[in-house]
Amino acid sequence: MKIIEINNLTKTYNKGKVIALDNINLAVEESEIFGLIGPDGAGKTTLFRLLTTLLTPDKGNAKVLGYDIVEDFEAIRESVGYMPGRFSLYSDLTVKENLQFFATLFDTTIEENYHLIKDIYEQIEPFKNRRAGNLSGGMKQKLALSCALIHKPKLLFLDEPTTGIDPVSRVDLWNMLKKLGREGITIFVSTPYMDEATKCDRIAFIDNGHILNIESPENIITNYKQNLFAVKSEKTYLLLKALEKFPKTINSYAFGEYAHVVLNGDENQLKEYLVQNDFKEIDIKKIDPNIEDCFIEEIRVISQHNRGINEA
Amino acid sequence: MRKILILIQKEFKQVLRDKMIVAIIFAVPILQMLILPWAIDLDVRHVSISIVDLDKSTYSRDLISLFSASESFNLYSYYDSYKDAIQDLQMNKVDVILTIPANFERNLIRDNGNQLSATANAINGVKAMLGTYYLNMIIKDFNQQIVLEWYPQIESSLSNSIDVRSSVWFNQEGDYKNFMVPAILVLLLTVVAGFLTALNIVKEKEIGTIEQINVTPIKKWQFIIGKMVPFWAISNIVFIVGLLIMVYLYGIPILGNVGLLLLYANVYILSILGLGLIISALAHTQQQAMFVNYFFVMILLLMSGLFTSIDSMPSWAQTISYSLPITYFIEASRAIIIKGAKFSEISNLLLILGIFVVIMNGLAILTYRKRS
Repeated sequence: MKIIEINNLTKTYNKGKVIALDNINLAVEESEIFGLIGPDGAGKTTLFRLLTTLLTPDKGNAKVLGYDIVEDFEAIRESVGYMPGRFSLYSDLTVKENLQFFATLFDTTIEENYHLIKDIYEQIEPFKNRRAGNLSGGMKQKLALSCALIHKPKLLFLDEPTTGIDPVSRVDLWNMLKKLGREGITIFVSTPYMDEATKCDRIAFIDNGHILNIESPENIITNYKQNLFAVKSEKTYLLLKALEKFPKTINSYAFGEYAHVVLNGDENQLKEYLVQNDFKEIDIKKIDPNIEDCFIEEIRVISQHNRGINEA
Repeated sequence: MRKILILIQKEFKQVLRDKMIVAIIFAVPILQMLILPWAIDLDVRHVSISIVDLDKSTYSRDLISLFSASESFNLYSYYDSYKDAIQDLQMNKVDVILTIPANFERNLIRDNGNQLSATANAINGVKAMLGTYYLNMIIKDFNQQIVLEWYPQIESSLSNSIDVRSSVWFNQEGDYKNFMVPAILVLLLTVVAGFLTALNIVKEKEIGTIEQINVTPIKKWQFIIGKMVPFWAISNIVFIVGLLIMVYLYGIPILGNVGLLLLYANVYILSILGLGLIISALAHTQQQAMFVNYFFVMILLLMSGLFTSIDSMPSWAQTISYSLPITYFIEASRAIIIKGAKFSEISNLLLILGIFVVIMNGLAILTYRKRS
């Protein structure tokens, strides 16, 4: 059985004027960590809200744990855990009270499923009598994760769990997710951070309400067929401008202190061009793509495709 | 059951931890009960009057002394010319000017009659109307004094004329507080029961906690019961505290049965909780809920017969008044507290309040269904 199965799911807002999700198809396998990667406004949260039965779709359907998201919403609510992107626990209740509260709502107790949350909860236990509102960002996320896990869900929805927390807590959180994945809990997680994509078993790129590609991060990288170079010079802004004008450039964009450029040629041709244009201290190296390069390439291909359709 | 209990427990914890809300729920009603009944008094007293005495005779001084002795009037000033006096009126310092013409005494004796002039500032219409009315009463008394002085023999014929004496039942002194305190109590109950509930639910929407609740197996009705029970309990506490203030501080005894009063109060609370639920279903932010609440408070305040008599409203306004539950509860509580009404006398009010409970909560369920 597929844990999540989405068929032609469409969701619009404002009476159809805003298309949040356009004809989405997706399947998530048992006990995998499935990442939904995309920029802000891509439709990630809408998809989460649909799958957790907080919204109903306009068209298409989806099954979560074999239950239809419209017909069997009650069964879904019994058996999934959801951690919204925004901290949604009671900030005027203490850590322990929040946990107790959600355990009771799911007809269970903290003791019954303590083994599941033990690793996470132990880190916030020293503050168990502190009000949730007074916790740091990372602590809040750990508490939210504990509350989402307390009823032993088969499937965990995490909407941008690492947004707004420090790098150490981010690494912490991903290690926990890995561990939960090994215990057989399927995890459906979204993030705007491309570097986190590699931590997932499989990822789906989402942009503008469309799913672009579904693959394992390794395959996405090995499937990248373009010539990719990192270029540096003393004048970064002018370099970017010049790269755009270079006839053999397919795509170029800033990436940290380097500019990444996809070429329809080799590095010597680029170097020659840059020297002609008075650039100094030029550093060009051929690089392997990372996830972000792959995502940008996907978007380029799609928009080229769309332009083709429009022009035709 | 366990789920509902933890919801109720959670609600109590949250309310009690929010110091501001605790203050609003308990201190504000008590303060209002202590302050408002003294201020809201529709009896007009202390009408300020200026007197222009152009005569300066014994009679004019007698007349003036009647005014200074009256509780209804405050003598603001004496003037020798009307022109000076009218300036005070224009500055809004006096409400009424009485002008005693020159040769008042002489003409009175010679012609057996005379005229006085009164000028009233009608910016405050009630004060002007009642002020001139009181003024006429005093002059009438003065007139009678003179008649008796001159023609003692007609005293017998005077006493034969019709003399109307009114007696005020159920509120012997005609004290406004007896009338206002129960009404203010009802208003406070309305605010606590209806609007705090609405704001509380909308707050969960606004800060997003309802999102987390919605993905749990909690049913909507369980959530709503979890909200209603705490606020129902708080409303009862506020009402009882208010009653204690009324009885022991204002010395207004509850002539009827206290249990009967609580029964009516609780039926009323249920109908207002329904109104709160409707508001909470429609509003997305606490700001929206606040303004809807404000709208209803104004309507309830001014159209329920709280301050003014419903009978003197135009008929369309009366229709509105009679479609508000608060109208019936005010009637019932005044009847029980002031008049000592028995259940059989006001059973129809309970029936009507009961119908409101069904309508309000029915509508609440419908709006909640539609929104989910």
